[in-house]
Amino acid sequence: MDFAFSEEQQMLRASARDWLADRYPLDRVAAISDGDLGYDPDAWAELTKLGWLDESLELTDLAVLCEEAGYGLLPAPFVTTVALAAPAVGSAERPASVVHDGLAPDGAAVELLVAGARVVEASACTITAVDSVDRLRRYARVELPEADAGESVTSTPDAQLRAGALLACEAVGVTQRALDLTVAYVKQREQFGRVIGSYQAIAHRVSDVYVQLELARSLAYWAAWSVEAGDPQAEVAVAAARSAAGEAALFGCEAAIQSHGGIGFTWEHPLHRFYKRAQWISSWSGSATSQRAQIATALFGD
Amino acid sequence: MDFRDTPDEAEFRAGLRAWLVEALPPGWQQQPPHVGRWDEDTARTWARKLYDAGYSGITWPKEYGGQGQPYTYQGIFLEETARVGAPDHIGVIGLGMAGPTITAWGSQEQKQRYLANILSGEEIWCQGFSEPGSGSDLAGARTSAVLDGDEWVVNGQKVWSSYAHIADWCILVVRTDPAAAKHAGLSYLLVDMKSPGVEVRPLRQITGDPEFNEIWFTDVRVPRESMLGQPGDGWKVAMTTLLHERGTLGFALTAALERAVNRLITTAKETGADSDPVQRDRIARHWVELQALRYTNYRSLTTLVKTGVPGPEGSVAKLHWSESNQRLTKLAQELLGERAMLSGAGGYWDGYWAYQQLRSRGNTIEAGTSEILRGIVAERVLGLPKSR
Repeated sequence: MDFAFSEEQQMLRASARDWLADRYPLDRVAAISDGDLGYDPDAWAELTKLGWLDESLELTDLAVLCEEAGYGLLPAPFVTTVALAAPAVGSAERPASVVHDGLAPDGAAVELLVAGARVVEASACTITAVDSVDRLRRYARVELPEADAGESVTSTPDAQLRAGALLACEAVGVTQRALDLTVAYVKQREQFGRVIGSYQAIAHRVSDVYVQLELARSLAYWAAWSVEAGDPQAEVAVAAARSAAGEAALFGCEAAIQSHGGIGFTWEHPLHRFYKRAQWISSWSGSATSQRAQIATALFGD
Repeated sequence: MDFRDTPDEAEFRAGLRAWLVEALPPGWQQQPPHVGRWDEDTARTWARKLYDAGYSGITWPKEYGGQGQPYTYQGIFLEETARVGAPDHIGVIGLGMAGPTITAWGSQEQKQRYLANILSGEEIWCQGFSEPGSGSDLAGARTSAVLDGDEWVVNGQKVWSSYAHIADWCILVVRTDPAAAKHAGLSYLLVDMKSPGVEVRPLRQITGDPEFNEIWFTDVRVPRESMLGQPGDGWKVAMTTLLHERGTLGFALTAALERAVNRLITTAKETGADSDPVQRDRIARHWVELQALRYTNYRSLTTLVKTGVPGPEGSVAKLHWSESNQRLTKLAQELLGERAMLSGAGGYWDGYWAYQQLRSRGNTIEAGTSEILRGIVAERVLGLPKSR
């Protein structure tokens, strides 16, 4: 039994964290989020150079990168590509997303779209950006070309599981960032002559976020490993990880906004972008409740 | 990253499983779960069986009679014994707290005198840390020890001591220097519970069980050499004890929660709650919480094995488990409806859930209250300023 990332994976994490902090500090992320596109069109070439899109990456490597992408709110369709579209497309070389009910997250930022059992060139579709809550993962309405266009693909059975495990990891990154921002803030913000982190009402809520984060992290890594190893428990592991990590991210961001007080409620402050990403993750392809319903079916039958 | 047993671990697990089938009475797993604490005879017999089979002191060094195995083996032991609902080991305080503390701080004579009998279960230990006036604030202990010739003379009162009514020895935190600063005035004694002046009184809990005890010390004379460390080392020695309490605690808690979740699932099936979508959701949540505890514990263990110190994620286990167990037992009682209020032979599983639910209220108080643990996470893990 060994529950640790390899040394290479730890180096991958450290370099990803550094690169994101350097390339996309939060004020730049804010500018991109408030801009017309909601992503940086130059990012993809850099991700390719960094090796984030290599075929050789295992799922637990991608787990590390998706977590860091969540931590830094990487303004590029990286997670949609590797987590949602790549299993059907067959590679992560070109930015890609999937169409659900005529809508695709990052739909205007990608070159390929997976719609049912087909992969189509985005350039062959009519794509209209729509107002979205998460302005760094904007939806676009996709009108597909005639029915037989594009390449037909068969989705691999573990595509859903890969997506679930990686989104859980992204949620863990979001929660960690919300926690880090909160800890830094409550250590320096003073009210009534004391830093507010010395009040138990604040400190204990921040501790609760840490607890939920670490529990969700364990489940997310377990899920990624289970899918990678083809473990028989992979399906319930992913359901557990998705439900817990989604809820932890929402709780972590809400606690962060509350602990920041008024400033945390402003558009200027970065927190709302993490909160909206947490909401996007929780809304995608089945709520926490529906994940638990799957687990209940495994425990009790239908 | 790999969650599967290594070949050696798999062999150990298989051997243990086979042994458990032999060692437990026939039909053991078909019986309803045991209510309350085990009677002394059953518990002593079980401890002896474990010792004879080499399952006592799995992680202890070989030179003191242990098996010298890594912590993962202790984890496998706790998982497998929980799976079959085996009795608790009667010597938990000795094995988990007194023994490792004596190993770390004891003289050669002390190690030879005490360790073998802890492993065999021949001598039972209890813990004398909490006092009526100092529960969470251990450094406020007032039980005193004054040197008189070659003996310490102990006076005071301790509370919440499990097993004190049958214990042979007590690890006791005393104040030896009332003039020194709070922490610096403490010392750590090993006290013979049969000494004149030691009086144990059962303390009845809200379950009705006298699981814990109060201990009174009146002019109890303790040989001068029965101390771990030097006078004034008491705080540091006690921290060793508490560190070890937390070391493998995660496994014990996971094992306990696994038992509870499995029993909740059985009760849900027996009461028909397994067809109610609301209750299915709540039960699935408990299953998720169990897996979260299990894998957080594995993560903490991996850090421990690789670095020699438990990772910060370990502080999560007790906090999470205690509150999860409280919700779980309350849910089980809800599933039983009016029957929930029957205890003893007339109740569901002889009142098992009624007992467990009431017992669970102690979970957020014993071994560090949830308030203390949240403070520890805030200050030591997240680096927030001390709160008062």
